[in-house]
Amino acid sequence: MNTQTTPSTKPGTELKAQAKALNFYYGDFQALKNIDFPVEKNEVTALIGPSGCGKSTFLRCFNRMHDLYPNMRYEGEILLYPDGVNIVDRHVDPIEVRMRISMVFQKPNPFPKSIYENVAYGLRVRGVRNRSLIDEKVEEALRAAALWGEVRDRLDDLAFNLSGGQQQRLCIARALATDPEILLFDEPTSALDPIATAKIEELVSELKEKVTILIVTHNMQQAARVSAYTAFMYIGELIEFDDTKRIFTNPSSKLTEEYITGRFG
Amino acid sequence: MIPKSFTAATSEAGVAEIRRMIARHKTWDWLFGLLGTLALLFATLVFAALFGQMLINGVPHLSWEFFTSFPSRRAASAGILSAWVGTVLVMLVTAIVAVPLGIGAGIYLEEYARKNLLTDIIEINVTNLAGVPSIIYGLLALGLFVYQFGLGQSIAAAGLTLALLILPVVIVATREAIRAIPQNVREGAYACGASKWQVVSHHIIPYSLPGIMTGVIIGLARAIGETAPIITIGALTFIAFLPPSPFSSPDHLLSFEWLLAPFTVMPIQMFNWLSRPEEAFQANAAAAGLVLVVMTLSMNAIAIWIRYHFRKKIKW
Repeated sequence: MNTQTTPSTKPGTELKAQAKALNFYYGDFQALKNIDFPVEKNEVTALIGPSGCGKSTFLRCFNRMHDLYPNMRYEGEILLYPDGVNIVDRHVDPIEVRMRISMVFQKPNPFPKSIYENVAYGLRVRGVRNRSLIDEKVEEALRAAALWGEVRDRLDDLAFNLSGGQQQRLCIARALATDPEILLFDEPTSALDPIATAKIEELVSELKEKVTILIVTHNMQQAARVSAYTAFMYIGELIEFDDTKRIFTNPSSKLTEEYITGRFG
Repeated sequence: MIPKSFTAATSEAGVAEIRRMIARHKTWDWLFGLLGTLALLFATLVFAALFGQMLINGVPHLSWEFFTSFPSRRAASAGILSAWVGTVLVMLVTAIVAVPLGIGAGIYLEEYARKNLLTDIIEINVTNLAGVPSIIYGLLALGLFVYQFGLGQSIAAAGLTLALLILPVVIVATREAIRAIPQNVREGAYACGASKWQVVSHHIIPYSLPGIMTGVIIGLARAIGETAPIITIGALTFIAFLPPSPFSSPDHLLSFEWLLAPFTVMPIQMFNWLSRPEEAFQANAAAAGLVLVVMTLSMNAIAIWIRYHFRKKIKW
């Protein structure tokens, strides 16, 4: 089915990461099949596809989330640049990978702690004790997540007292506070109302200045709005990878066209 | 038969048919409600009757002296000093042993152990242990703690015995509290780069602590009333002195002599009084029973308060 040549970004751009012949198995079930996939630095790359196509599975390879569960296996490579380490290598510690690549989940998942402690958590894990440095980083992350204005006077409040959209931006701030190299978003707006969704989308577009972004979305308009590149996946395969504009106006695969025009999915 | 109403709902007769059907279905609603209420009333009334009887018999005997006197051959001057001190000390040993062991085992089973046949067997057996008759624990303790470890008929032996008894309760409560933590909160912590121990110590333990505490208190409330295993290991039924104070050491260090001291506990004191022929001792037993029930009920109340108070902060 995969007839196209190795997917690539525009010439002259810098890569932040690259999957090469990546396979992933849950037990005997192969969830990802031979995926080649470039991630351009400081850009937004979107992953779309019908439910169960493997887009979240693929995303979760980038921070080795699968390692929390038994009976799974990676094959192939995801190279993280500039150093070119293969982050799915068995000998690479998943904690090291997660320290470099942060993630924002589908449902907001703040800790039952204060707003401040939520954002500071990544720093605490890294053993940072300097209070003024943590203060500074928390503010910076909350500003970057467009939440500072709303919470600056109540940093000691419980995170659960925030609205759903605010909680998701808090999770973004938590992910940003440790200056990750890549930020992964796994359908970050699927539990949010349209206004909160718009805010998150705006944020994603702004954040690419500081961090490379990979976003899984079931919402094709969202992919079109926020991303520079889009990958279409189907039953564990990468069907098409291209410039977002091209994918949505002139896809080269028949399957992609059928999906984005809503004939299945 | 499909009711006619399904096909003729729009007609007046059809609507009437639907209403009759709903009325029929609802008969069962109130019938079951009635049965449930009766069952509940039966349970609470029996308890209320027992408690009331104990109140009537016991309250006249409750006085300051009752708590500060040793048992005596004369019913009027007999008290529960050695019994309640014994109970408190035994419970202390039980809690100190059972809480860390139970929490540790629960955390290990939930967060560390791989899910395989061995852990399945362990899981099933932990649950089974909760159902083992308490006298069996008493027999085990008699052989192991009293004779093998040479602890004798002491507070330490009793505390360890009751700790074994409530260990399954603590383990099960710990596991259930941990399971209530949503997986996505765990993943969020791991995604921040936390190691397993960081996730456990920063998240799993604090978030499950209210549930664990509830389990611990309910376990202790069960242990406080246990008689059989304590009698099996040989608690005294008549004792007119207190264990040595932990602060009695001449070199100003905490003394642990009390651990090896002979003792009695509340239910045994009650049992002793109940087995006497004199009427007056029966009233003493009622008063001691009252104290014991109040102790148990207040422990349960604390457990309920902890649950409600801390659950307010955690919404998932």
